[in-house]
Order: sequence, then C-alpha cells, then structure tokens
Amino acid sequence: MAASAAAMNQSFRRPRRVLPGFGLTLGYTLVYLSLIVLVPLSAAFLRSAGMGWEGFAAAVTTPRVLASLRLSFGAAALAALINAVFGLLVAWVLVRYQFPFKRFVDALVDLPFALPTAVAGIALTALYAPNGWIGRLIEPLGLKVAFTPLGVVVAMTFIGLPFVVRTLQPVLEELDREVEQAAATLGASGWQTFVRVIAPTLWPPLLTGFALAFARGVGEYGSVIFIAGNMPLVSEITPLLIITKLEQYDYPGATALAVVMLVMSFTLMLGINALQTWAHARHGKK
Amino acid sequence: MRKRSWAAALAPTLMLTLAAGATCAAGAVTLLNASYDPTRELYEDYNKAFAAYWKTRTGDTLTINQSHGGSGKQARAVIDGLPADVVTLALAYDVDALVKRGKLIPDTWQARLPDNSSPYTSTIVFLVRKGNPKKIKDWGDLVRPGVGVITPNPKTSGGARWNYLAAWAYALKQPGGNATSAQQFVRKLYENVPVLDSGARGSTVTFVERGIGDVLLAWENEALLAAREMGADKVEIVVPSISILAEPPVSIVDKVVDRRGTRAVAEGYLKYLYSPQGQEIAARHFYRPRDLKVAAKYASVFPKILLVTVNDVFGGWTQAQATHFADGGTFDQIYGK
Repeated sequence: MAASAAAMNQSFRRPRRVLPGFGLTLGYTLVYLSLIVLVPLSAAFLRSAGMGWEGFAAAVTTPRVLASLRLSFGAAALAALINAVFGLLVAWVLVRYQFPFKRFVDALVDLPFALPTAVAGIALTALYAPNGWIGRLIEPLGLKVAFTPLGVVVAMTFIGLPFVVRTLQPVLEELDREVEQAAATLGASGWQTFVRVIAPTLWPPLLTGFALAFARGVGEYGSVIFIAGNMPLVSEITPLLIITKLEQYDYPGATALAVVMLVMSFTLMLGINALQTWAHARHGKK
Repeated sequence: MRKRSWAAALAPTLMLTLAAGATCAAGAVTLLNASYDPTRELYEDYNKAFAAYWKTRTGDTLTINQSHGGSGKQARAVIDGLPADVVTLALAYDVDALVKRGKLIPDTWQARLPDNSSPYTSTIVFLVRKGNPKKIKDWGDLVRPGVGVITPNPKTSGGARWNYLAAWAYALKQPGGNATSAQQFVRKLYENVPVLDSGARGSTVTFVERGIGDVLLAWENEALLAAREMGADKVEIVVPSISILAEPPVSIVDKVVDRRGTRAVAEGYLKYLYSPQGQEIAARHFYRPRDLKVAAKYASVFPKILLVTVNDVFGGWTQAQATHFADGGTFDQIYGK
C-alpha cells in the first residue's frame, strides 16, 4: 500500500513523456492556431470594423439577412438533430452487429466527407428535382424538397452524417458489455439499460457529433447552393448573401455578415461545450 | 521530417517564382488570361491561333494560361493579386472594379481599344422546350401566369444582369413605358422565376437537366451552344423583338504587364481579337463579330434583332449597377416587402 503510494507519487512528479516538452508543443499549438485560425478571423473583424457600429448594425439587420440567418442556423440545427438520431442508430449497428458488407457500409459513411460539396449538391438536386428519382415520387404527395428550405435541410443532413457516426463509434466500441449484462442480471429491462447505463456514456460524444454536424451545416455553401433555389427571404442561406456582397465588391458588408455568423457559431459552440462538460461531470459522479 | 515538410510546402511557391522568372528569359513567354465561364472553348481555340501568329512574328514561344470563373469572382481574384496579364470579362462593371478597387488599370481603359474594348458581342435570347409548347414569342409572354422563367440571380451573376436589363429595356420601349411600368414588368417576370441559381451555367442545368421552367434567359452564344450540344429535339431558340447588346470587355492589366514585362505581347493578344482571324474564331464560338465582313459571312447564325446598349438606355454600367443591383436597388425592391 505504502509502496504503491510512493510509486504513484513518483510518477506524478516525473511523468514519462512520449513527446518532447510541454513548452515546445504548447508553443507550436499557439503558433499553429494563430496562423490557421486567429489571423484570418481577426482580418475579418478588422475589415468589418471600418464601417462603424451603425453601418454594421444596419448591414446585418435587413429582413433578408435575418431571414437567411434563421434559415442557416435553423436548418443546420434540424439537420444536426436528424443526424444525432439516425447517426446514433448507424453507429450502433456498425459496432454491435456483424453482417455481410459491413466494411463497405462503414466506408459509405465517410463518403459525404470525401465528396466535393458541389458534386453532392448536384447529385442531391438531381435526385430531388421534380423530374428526379425521389422528386418524382414525392411531388404528387405535395412534398417539394429541391428548391425549398427543405432541400437545405436535406443537403446539410447529408454532409453532417459522418460527424455524428465517427464521434460515436469509438465510444460505443469502448463500452463495457459486462456492465450491460450486470444491469440485466439485476433485473433491468432493455430500455432501462439503455437509458440508465448506456445513454449517460453516449451523451458527451453525441453532443460533440451534434455540434460538429451543426457547425458544418452552418458553414456549408457548395452543396446547399444547388438545391436551395436561393429565393430571397425564403431559401437564401447566409453564405450566399456573403457571396452576393462580395460580388458587389462590398467587402465590409460581406465581412460584417461573416462576423455575425462567427459570433453566433462560437457562442453556440461554447454553449454545447459547457453542456458537454456538465453531462460528463454528471456521468462521472454517478 | 519537419524540414522536409517545410520544403514540400515551399516547393509550389518556389515553382511559381521560377515560372515568373522564366518569363523574363528571351524566347519563352507566358501570359495569363483571366476570363469568365462560357469563354473556355473560345479562348482555347484563340490561344492556339495567337501563339502560332506570335511565333511567326517574333519567334517567341508563347504559353497562354487560362483561368475561368464567375466574372465578378475573377475580377476580385485579380484585385487580390492573381497575376493576370489580360482580363476578358462579362461586363464593364467588373473591369471598372480593377480601376476603383485595385488601381490596376487607368480609368480610360475602355477607350484604348476599338468598340468600347469589346471585340465581340452577344445578346440575350430565349431557350424554350421543343415545339415551344407555351407559345413564347417575346418578352411580354414571360409575365403570363403559368410560365416558368429560369434566370440566375443578378446579384451574384454578371450574365443575369444583362437578362434583367434586357427585360427592363423591353418594358421601357412599350407604349407609355417608363421606369415605374418597367419595374412593374420586371417584378411580374421575377414572380414567374421558381429558382434563382447563383450563376448562368447553374441556370442552364436547372432548365435543361432538371426540366424546371418553360423558358431560359440565356446569352445567345450559350443558347446556340446548348442547342447544338443537345440537338433541336430538346430545345429551340426564340429571338425576342428587342434585346440588349451584351459587350464583354477586354483589357490588359497594366500593373501586371509592367511588372512582368509582357505589355507588348499582352497588347498584341487583345488586338489580334479584332483581326479577321480573331473575329472568325469568335463567330465560330457563337459570339457576334464586330468585323462587318466576318459578320456578313455568319449572318445566317445571328438573326437581326433590335439591340439597345447599356450606355444608351442605362447611362453606363456604374449607373446601372447603382440603380438596379446595389443593395436597396430595383431588384431588391422586387423581393422587399
């Protein structure tokens, strides 16, 4: 007992390092993050700063901008939610069951990652257009997907799927099956086991997957632009309005919109991170 | 390892620098032409012809690189540092931006070459489905209820601005036409637009591949190309009573050619567009030639239309842009409440 405590103490004092020193790696981290993330972002802030507060407020509160923000964030949230539900299902099936062509299905999940977004957009539009394979079937039911806000959700769901599946998979693989068996021997039903035993472990990665899919959806341009229809006040996403402003050489106006998207996304990400920490802590205490 | 990855990262930069340096060496010259989307095939042909001409005249071997994209996007790339020796864009507004935003060329650029620096022209025509089932003959038919019109968003597409102005010009020429009636007409037209693509090629795809809409507003060269590619069994061209003279302008980029020492070849490149050979190539790619002799030869391809110019009807591109396409302009008013 005493010996192990001493050993622990020693290992605490002199942790064995796999990689070279903390100072060097942190230094690289900061430089890298600054170069890749912070410098471009501050350039965006600086450019929009030139227009003054009133110009900024006027530029980002027009009805069209507000409508586009509602669509961009609303559709991304909805798409991420759909992915959270069905992505969990896919991850579960891929981890827990053996079936033919499993590797093939597994690779299929990554396809939205690898596909150029424009290709995805064109393919989805071809499917859901009134003369497409799916569009032809659902159009008579009064359901229009291509060239409506619904199309935006479809495109964002497509590109967001891998984020949820890939964050859940490793966690599901690590899950201790014996704990589930123990729950069963103690008389828990399947549902109780899922809600009480499995779900608490899955919450944090599910939130991460949701956040990633959501962020990807908000920022998506290439695939959405083909299927959205881009009607003002109805199916315009905010990135399109940014392009519109650039097309008029209105750099400050474009960056003003970018800053609004940035701040909103960052706030939401912080919120989701906090939620995740809370879920983690709650689970840890149990 | 780290060193090697640095070297790998630097290699492309180095190669670019070397490539730029190589142009200074006698005998081998490169040119970069920043153009818009539908001119790809035209300039592929033209570059071959000009390189051959330049070789016989100066003995220099010329390599011409092309860059294509939306007209506005290309202008922004040049402003942000794309070293294009010449720009060949869709509308003068985008070349004006090189003056205003980047001070890359003098503001007299449009007077440096004949015909407003537009060696070839085009116009806006209608592409309808085979047999013209909706009986679309002229602009007036586009505002009928039940007619689906496909045109890109004029705020993101340079080509779509020509469409918009052509419709406006038609409404102005009607008996009692004025700015109010023209805006009314254009508003009704856009009520018939189910999809606003961000670019002209996107609209063509929406109309042809997706089967959306009854009529596509298109550049004549695009419409002729589409009709030739897909055959007359799918689409046909309808020529309206009046349309707009689309003048895609060209210019050398002074700052770039002076830095790279390519002024002579860049100027030669643009002037050759006006030669009978250059005009012939333009006509073969369905752009209306300026040269009267070449125009006469291709008269059967290009029907006679009453064509108005942006300068005459709209007071030039700067004013047209401010009135119609700037934030809060007539186009925004159509969709505003």
